[in-house]
Amino acid sequence: MIPSATPRGFVEPGHGAGLLDVFRRRYLLTLLVRKEVQVRYRGSVLGWLWSYVKPTAQFIVFFLALGVFLSQNARIESYPIYLFSGLIVVNLFNEAFGNGTRSLVDNAALIKKIYLPREMFPVSSTIVAFVNFLPQVLITVVVCLFVGWHPTVPQLLGVILAMVIIVILATGLGMLFGAANVSFRDSQNVVELIALVVTWASPVLYTWTTVRDAVPGWLLTIYQINPVTTAVELMHAGFWYPTTGEQLPLPPNLAMTSAIALLISVAVLLVGQFVFRRLEGRFAQDL
Amino acid sequence: MPKISDDSDLRIIVRDVRKRFVLRHTHSLKESFIALLRRKKLTTTFDALHDIDFEIREGESVALLGFNGSGKSTMLKLISGVLRPDQGQVLTRGRVAGLIEVGAGFHPDLSGRENIYLNASILGMSRSEVDERFDDIVEFSEIRDFIDTEVKHYSSGMFVRLAFAVAIHCTLDIMLVDEILSVGDEPFQRKCLAKIRELQTQGKTMVVVSHDLDTVARLCDRGILIDRGRVAFDGPSAEAVAAMRASRS
Repeated sequence: MIPSATPRGFVEPGHGAGLLDVFRRRYLLTLLVRKEVQVRYRGSVLGWLWSYVKPTAQFIVFFLALGVFLSQNARIESYPIYLFSGLIVVNLFNEAFGNGTRSLVDNAALIKKIYLPREMFPVSSTIVAFVNFLPQVLITVVVCLFVGWHPTVPQLLGVILAMVIIVILATGLGMLFGAANVSFRDSQNVVELIALVVTWASPVLYTWTTVRDAVPGWLLTIYQINPVTTAVELMHAGFWYPTTGEQLPLPPNLAMTSAIALLISVAVLLVGQFVFRRLEGRFAQDL
Repeated sequence: MPKISDDSDLRIIVRDVRKRFVLRHTHSLKESFIALLRRKKLTTTFDALHDIDFEIREGESVALLGFNGSGKSTMLKLISGVLRPDQGQVLTRGRVAGLIEVGAGFHPDLSGRENIYLNASILGMSRSEVDERFDDIVEFSEIRDFIDTEVKHYSSGMFVRLAFAVAIHCTLDIMLVDEILSVGDEPFQRKCLAKIRELQTQGKTMVVVSHDLDTVARLCDRGILIDRGRVAFDGPSAEAVAAMRASRS
């Protein structure tokens, strides 16, 4: 027998299959998500309503400041829907990304003592953020129906694509920054900075046409291939656009930027998984 | 089917394992950068384990013995997969359940019932396996009346009993036990030991770390004494305990 060969039936403990293992242990994943959802607002009177207080307050502030004071409301038809549909998808991104980044440090006690696929933690953070996001989509749908909404099938599929892009992107970034956060707690501050920029670097509060009119073409291209920008535009295409007289145009290359955004997100997920696996061996030591 | 040498009844193989800990003195990019500029050492290393070699067969109960800091808990973490060796190889066959620390995955805001499911699942059980064991776990922990109460309202004794009950019922093929033989009051301890014996007769493989030398010597047939990161003795547990006592008296 060769000394270093692995005999049949034996495995090296601590060497899992990464994200694949997370889906092999779906039951544990659902329990972790359920725990997170249950525990989050324990002991508060409003409970889960708190997760709607934040987007509502944000919406009111932006609507007053930009919609009314800076008269975006007059310039953009159905501005409240425009604002809200973009805002919720950006919040989904920020929450999934931020919680994913902190998830490993938050679960240090577990990671140091028991081996389980560590990707479990960023993935469950994304799912929790998504669970939180869905009722906000429902509110958007109700409001859209109320003002007269006539979406086409591709527009509705676009909304689903927007969610897919954000979920993949945020999971990948959560793994990347979460793994880095184990050794360097600077990482979570960087994430907060990104969250701050993302809201303004995508057409959530203003339209893409104002960017087109202000910057050179190459910069517009860079602006548009940001997957978050594409997701926001897909949300606009699904919710806002079909409630307007279609005076303001959607970006003409949305199908193409969507494809690019999906590719970028998948690439980020793969890079995230790769870096995560490289750093994983040290998690239990460094936490 | 041809047998591969005599490995067929092995459960754990530890080959030439070295574990080195790197202690970083910096915890932010800024600190690292400043330390680099001042040419300070960013890290120091020390070897927690070196040249460790042993094999454990199916159904064996092995005590890892050693004084504080000898590296025995590190060895247990290497077998469970929490840590990875820097050199050499650790191999296991079958499902490993680690009782590295009882109650590590417990959440105070969840009820006893929810914690049972969460923890058993963390230890590698499937849903149906937990369903099957649920009544036994509750029975063993003796807290049936409080099973739907949040764990934070439990007394420490109740908490430990529940945690141990979950862990002991999640035994798969290999069980790793760290310093948990001293949980609960005396009747409960006796019950735990009886349960461990029952698992031994079922042919489960067990690796135990404890400072309670007499109990551990009675529980395990084989002892591996680790001294400053090296195997100092490997043989019958009574002799291992004697060797350990002789080494520092």
